[in-house]
Amino acid sequence: MLNARLYMAQRLSAMIMIPLVFGHLAVMIYAIQGGLTTAEILGRTKGSVTWFLFYGTFVAAVSVHAAIGVRVIIHETFSLKGKWLEATTWLIGALLLIMGARAVLEVTFA
Amino acid sequence: MTEARANMMISVWRGMGSTGKFETFEVPAQDNQTVLDVVTWIQQAADPSLSYRYACRVGMCGSCAMMVNGQPRWTCRTHVKRVLRDNQIEIAPLRNLPVIKDLATDMDPFFDKWVKAGGVHRASRSRDMPIQEVKPDTAQRQAADNGIECINCAVCYAACDTVSSNRDYLGPAALQRAWTLFNDEKVVDKQAVLDAVSGSGGCHNCHTQGSCTKFCPNDLDPLGSIAGLKRETAKSFFRRGSKQC
Repeated sequence: MLNARLYMAQRLSAMIMIPLVFGHLAVMIYAIQGGLTTAEILGRTKGSVTWFLFYGTFVAAVSVHAAIGVRVIIHETFSLKGKWLEATTWLIGALLLIMGARAVLEVTFA
Repeated sequence: MTEARANMMISVWRGMGSTGKFETFEVPAQDNQTVLDVVTWIQQAADPSLSYRYACRVGMCGSCAMMVNGQPRWTCRTHVKRVLRDNQIEIAPLRNLPVIKDLATDMDPFFDKWVKAGGVHRASRSRDMPIQEVKPDTAQRQAADNGIECINCAVCYAACDTVSSNRDYLGPAALQRAWTLFNDEKVVDKQAVLDAVSGSGGCHNCHTQGSCTKFCPNDLDPLGSIAGLKRETAKSFFRRGSKQC
């Protein structure tokens, strides 16, 4: 159910997520110190290639990481195997990627 | 001579295959008595049709492992005083294995996985070659030595929740065997050992809950062995990746 390739994909995607989560939290805490409106936030993120890459990478890593994690839960809880398990993993990954990409594009595209 | 005391109430699993129920027996309590003694008393004095498995009775063979009050144990090395609760004990066949009858389980899935994990020794020298010198004090040899006392009692296998929920998972004993082979300098093809535990039921399915190490009656550390395999397979993953580039 979880081979070495999937295991490594999940660990490596976690390693990518860790600094991005801390970066997100640090910027969030720093940015709101003087009070910040939604318009001001969007003013900084829209059209920014840096924030697009920052959150885009995060969304891609989350899609890989969570899809594999949920795959394990589904297999162990419902005994789903084979083609159906593969399809479910890809579906969850694609769903997260599409939803995340929509959010990133909304925030970063001018 | 030990003096008989009040009777204990012993619930024993009875049944064939996946069907069955607990049956309670009144067993005389003795000063010195193991759970295996209790099962033997029931079979000899109360119900000769009770099926169970044992051989050495001294913790050498690993045949008599059963679930005692829901926990896997060698019944021959478990004193009744340690497990008696409200004058009762519940004895069931080992978890995670098909039941043949009563307390006797079918060990085939356990040993099949042991072989699948590459547990069979593959000689790297012929009988005509000189015997390979093995230095006992190297770190690698000591890592191998830590696992070789496993007697395949399947207590760790019964204790493992991952085995319960993931039937393809090779289990702690088989993976520990693979770890001893990986650290054995007589084994030449280390990559074959890693490949055998990197498949869909391999070491990467372990959730690191640690029941295997907690319940091992020989105080071995299958959890540490599995962690070692994960480390080595990760290194192998990068080595192979860099070769392909």
